[in-house]
Amino acid sequence: MTDDAVAGTRAAGVSARSEAIYQELILDHYRSPRNRSVLNDADVTITHRNPLCGDELIVYLAMDGTTVREARFTGQGCAISQAAASMLTGALRGGSVDDARVILASYSSMMHGDPASRDDPTLGELRALAGVARLPARVKCALLPADAFSRALDQFEERARS
Amino acid sequence: MHRSDFPLLAASPGLHYLDSAATTQKPAVVLDAMREFYETSNANPHRGAYELSGRATDRYQAARERVARFFGLGDPDCLIFTRGTTEALNLVAQAWGRRELEPRDEVVITAMDHHANFVPWQQIAIATGARLRICELTPDGRLDMDHMRELIGPRTRVVAFPHVSNALGTVNPVADIVALARDAGALTVCDGAQAAPHMPVHFDTLGVDLYAFSGHKICGPMGIGGLLGRRTVLESLPPWQHGGDMIQVVQDEFSSWNVLPHKFEAGTPNVADAVGLAAAVEYVDGIGLDTILAHERHLLALATDRLAAMDGLTIYGPPAAERSGVLSFTMADVHPHDLATILDADGVCIRAGHHCAQPLMRRLHVPATARASFYLYNDESDVDALMRGLQRAAALFAVAGSASD
Ligand SMILES: Cc1ncc(COP(=O)(O)O)c(C=O)c1O
Repeated sequence: MTDDAVAGTRAAGVSARSEAIYQELILDHYRSPRNRSVLNDADVTITHRNPLCGDELIVYLAMDGTTVREARFTGQGCAISQAAASMLTGALRGGSVDDARVILASYSSMMHGDPASRDDPTLGELRALAGVARLPARVKCALLPADAFSRALDQFEERARS
Repeated sequence: MHRSDFPLLAASPGLHYLDSAATTQKPAVVLDAMREFYETSNANPHRGAYELSGRATDRYQAARERVARFFGLGDPDCLIFTRGTTEALNLVAQAWGRRELEPRDEVVITAMDHHANFVPWQQIAIATGARLRICELTPDGRLDMDHMRELIGPRTRVVAFPHVSNALGTVNPVADIVALARDAGALTVCDGAQAAPHMPVHFDTLGVDLYAFSGHKICGPMGIGGLLGRRTVLESLPPWQHGGDMIQVVQDEFSSWNVLPHKFEAGTPNVADAVGLAAAVEYVDGIGLDTILAHERHLLALATDRLAAMDGLTIYGPPAAERSGVLSFTMADVHPHDLATILDADGVCIRAGHHCAQPLMRRLHVPATARASFYLYNDESDVDALMRGLQRAAALFAVAGSASD
C-alpha cells in the first residue's frame, strides 16, 4: 500500500492492513523458534519485561573471549517479540561483541523508521520485521529482545572490565 | 443505534470501536456544551466579583447538580469532582487511610480490582502497617463470597471493591458486601468506573459510603469524574490537597477548611469538563440506562455465542447474561497483542493486555487477554467485524481446526 493510500484509509478510521507484517518468515520463527531453550553455561542471563503487556523474555549469552558463542532465549510473548528474539539469536551468534552492537543499533534504527537500515544486509532475516516500524503500538514488542540482548552485552562488558 | 450522534464514529464508517470500557466516544452535544461554556461563560468560578465569574460559578454548580441527579445523590454537595476514578480512590486512601489505619487493622480489596483501587490501598497498608487482605475469585470469575465472609471481621476497617470488573465484566453483589462490612463497622468504598456507564446507579440507596467514577467512560470528556459520599463520612475526612478555594481562614500558624464540596476541590476547578459531563449524563439519561444495558446484553450474548463456537477460544468471566458489556478472551497460540493488530487491519479496535489488573491476570494464569467491550453506539455489524477478524487471525496463525472458513 502506498503512503497516500495508508493516509486515506487512516482518515476513514481504518488503519493500514497492519496484518501485512505477519509474513510467513515471522510466523515460522514464532511457530518454530530457533535457540529457544535455557542455556545452562550462560555467562550472562537477563530477564526483561514489557510492562505494557506483561510479557517476559529471558536471554542468555555464552561467550568465547569476545565472541558470542551461544545466544538463546526463553519466555513467552507475541509473534513479533518471539520472532525477533529467534532471529536475533541467529544474527548475534558467532560474531564479536562489536558486531552484535552494530546489528542491534541498526535493528533499533530500523524500528524507529530509518529507511537505510531496512536495506542493511547485516540484519539478514531481521529485515522481515521492518513493517513493525509502521505500528507504533508494536515497536516495543520488536525491541523487547533487542533491549534484553543489549543489556546482556552491557553486563558482559562491565564484568570484563572489573 | 445513535452512531450519528458521535462525530468521530459518523466520520469513520469503517471503524468498529469495541474499546468503550477504556473510554467511550463523545457525542456532539458534549463537545458543543464545552465549547459553548468557553464561548459564553468562561471565568474563574468563585473568585471574581463580576457577573461573568458568577455565570461560570452557576454553570459549575448546575453541572454538579445534574451529575448528582444522574447518580441518585440527593445532596449535590456530596459529589466531589476529581480527575476521575483514580484520583477519587487515591483521595480516599490518602485522606482516610493515613489518619485511620494502624498496624493490625485490615484492609479488604479483591483479586479483580483495577490497579486504581488495588495499588492505593496496597501502598497505604504498607505505609501504615495495616494488613492487606485480598478476596479471591471463583473459577468463573466472581467474587468468592465465602472468602469475603471469612475475611471481613472485627479488624476490618475498610472494604474497597469494584462494582463491575473492567477485565471480566462481572457485576458484584454490592448489597451483600455492604451488609458484611456494616456488621464489621468497616467503611465501604466502591469503584464504579465500569458500572456508572452501563446501569442505573442510585447512590442514596446503594448503601456504600463512597463511590468513585470516571466521566470519560460515560460519554463525557477526559479529565473529570468524581467521588460520591455520605455527608457524615465526607465531613469526617481531612482534606488531601491544599490550596485555593478549599480553605476558610488561613492564619500564619494554621488554616481551617471550607465546607463540602470545596474542602476536597483545591485550586481552579475543571468547569468546562464538568459542563461536558453534565451534558453527557443528560444524553445518556435521554436514551435510558435500562435501554443501554439491554442493548449491550444483546450484543454481548450474540458475540459470546459466536466466539464460544470457535475452536481454540477461551472466554473469561461469568455467563454473558450476568456480565456488563465486556468480553474477555484468548485464542490458543495467538497472543492478544497479535489479535489486536490483525483486528486493527479491519478497523476493529479491541484492547489487548493486562487491563490494569495484573493480580487478576496471575490468577487466570495468562499474561494478557483480548477484550472487546460494547456500548450504546455498537451494533451487530461490529460483532460481525469482530468475528471476521478473529477468523482471519485463526487462519493466519493456522489455529487447529478453525481455519475452515
Ligand atoms: C474498574 C476501573 N477502575 C478504575 C479505572 C480508572 O479510571 P481512570 O483511569 O479514569 O481514573 C478504570 C478505567 O480505566 C476501571 O475500569
